[in-house]
Amino acid sequence: MYHKTIPYRIFSIINNTALLIISIVCLLPLLHLLMVSLSSSAPANAGMVTFWPIGFTFEAYAKTFENANFLSSLWVSVQRTVIGTALAMIVNAVAAYALSKDSRIFRARNVYLWFFVVTMLFSGGLIPSYILILKLGLMNTLMALILPVMVSVYNIILLLNFFRTVPKELEEAAFIDGAGHLRSFIQIYLPVSMPAIATISLFTMVMHWNAYFDGLIYIKESMNLPLASFLQTIIVQADMTKFDPQMVANMSQRTIRASQIFIGALPILIVYPFLQRYFVKGIVIGAVKE
Amino acid sequence: MILWKGRTMDSNTLQQANPNVAPKVKKDRGYKQPWTLHLMVLPAVLLVLVFAYLPMTGLVMAFQDYKAGLGISGSPWVGLKHFRYMFENEYFLQITWNTLFFACSKIVMNLIIPFLFALLLNEVRNMGLKRSIQTLVYLPHFLSWVTLSGILIDVLAQTGIVNQFLNSVFGIKPIFFLGDGSWFRFTIISSDVWKEFGFNTIIILAALSGINPAMYEAAEVDGASRLKQTMHITIPSLIPMLIVVATLALGNVLNANFDQVFNLYSPLIYQQGDIIDTFVYREGLLSGQFSFATAVGFFKSMISLILIVISYRLAYKFAGYRIF
Repeated sequence: MYHKTIPYRIFSIINNTALLIISIVCLLPLLHLLMVSLSSSAPANAGMVTFWPIGFTFEAYAKTFENANFLSSLWVSVQRTVIGTALAMIVNAVAAYALSKDSRIFRARNVYLWFFVVTMLFSGGLIPSYILILKLGLMNTLMALILPVMVSVYNIILLLNFFRTVPKELEEAAFIDGAGHLRSFIQIYLPVSMPAIATISLFTMVMHWNAYFDGLIYIKESMNLPLASFLQTIIVQADMTKFDPQMVANMSQRTIRASQIFIGALPILIVYPFLQRYFVKGIVIGAVKE
Repeated sequence: MILWKGRTMDSNTLQQANPNVAPKVKKDRGYKQPWTLHLMVLPAVLLVLVFAYLPMTGLVMAFQDYKAGLGISGSPWVGLKHFRYMFENEYFLQITWNTLFFACSKIVMNLIIPFLFALLLNEVRNMGLKRSIQTLVYLPHFLSWVTLSGILIDVLAQTGIVNQFLNSVFGIKPIFFLGDGSWFRFTIISSDVWKEFGFNTIIILAALSGINPAMYEAAEVDGASRLKQTMHITIPSLIPMLIVVATLALGNVLNANFDQVFNLYSPLIYQQGDIIDTFVYREGLLSGQFSFATAVGFFKSMISLILIVISYRLAYKFAGYRIF
């Protein structure tokens, strides 16, 4: 047995330690900023904070939550995430059910599938999409952030591959009892596919929460900016011109910047254990094809 | 058609049992309702038609001098003017090179590093430790580039913690990670590896767990050391998968990751850091050069399309890879 030999044991100890150190180093930047956000502003500005807060305080968080602009952005993000994910899941799952049918039953299946896949390969690009949203009158609306990203061909393919693994006998039994496709979808496919649906919903939510670019170009009103776009403008571009100067007066302080980054990332950190659990499963879903 | 037999038998027995009840004549709805299926695809089809296919027709702008007031139907046609201007423009060559450089470096690094990391992680026998390491390294994958840039901008600042550390330990003068062209390139590639290597590692770990354990057992019996097992079993078993991943990556050589560059770059380092996508954004939406920006974007999409088709053909030919 190789793992009982002395050289392998030595290797094992070095290997375990090295990997652990590497993985901790990967998180150090996040940890540092978290500590900055929990410190009082004088030591933070002087660059004294390392991996432990100096003058521990929640003041930065309190100030962030006093900002009306920040709060309204948070609300916009919640809305787009909840509504956007719900609508996307309905549309994608229903389409995936139909496309999971064999082409002997659903003859147009392959035509539809190619119709969708083409959009994965080629797109009109930024400018035509922008002009489309302008022409449709969707500028400054929540729908500009939801409708264009609603159909995800990738998710449809993941789901349809999963639906194909559901035993045919189940739906045949339902059809004998007089069920139609809609019923078979809702009462048979949905319940048995819950893990897959949950996984894809979670990923859709993360996508919506993290999306910033659409908000940046489609939303002109500063109060309607989703949180990610708000943070991008204020922290990354350090552009305060879009906002009421009084409101953003202290937003550029280091501790407040750090606290905003963490509040923005908090929902992702909360769902992370679930994401991670389904993660490998998600890959497995994609791998199953017949 | 066993189903049908089952059905008729069922109705017959029912009829025999109670002749007064007429058999319910239900069609086999599951198989005779393709219109329901069409209806189920309809919402997705409509959305894709409007938000994916309609913008494609907007690409004709690349051959016009688009004026917002005139619209696509009223704007004058100029043929290949924008494309000619694009190829004569030295800056365009520069950003194409930057794009290729970033994308290719990332593809290579994101194959090699996760591969090595997965091989080493595979040797960790303590499951708790293995899982903890995985949990720590995946995390950045789920955070957005806005969050990560916010962190990087602070950490890599001249007075930031990284420069403080380099100064106190190695006595290095503050480095402009985001303000100096060459350092910017380094920062882009290494921060991309930081974000993605954990994610890529599990994909490779999944492939590792699929290797037939009988091979290792046989090697063990023959007295092969772990290093030998890795060299002659693990690595050769992973090669087909790596070839597929590398081939499919061919379609991405013009994708330098807009989100990352856009959130980290600044006018200081446009020469070494600007990429096609960020250029399209600035020219089109900030400077209002709609037609020129569309032409540049169109060029990029066309090349990418060709590369994707080639890469999928190759992957299918070499490894029988299909997406659906």
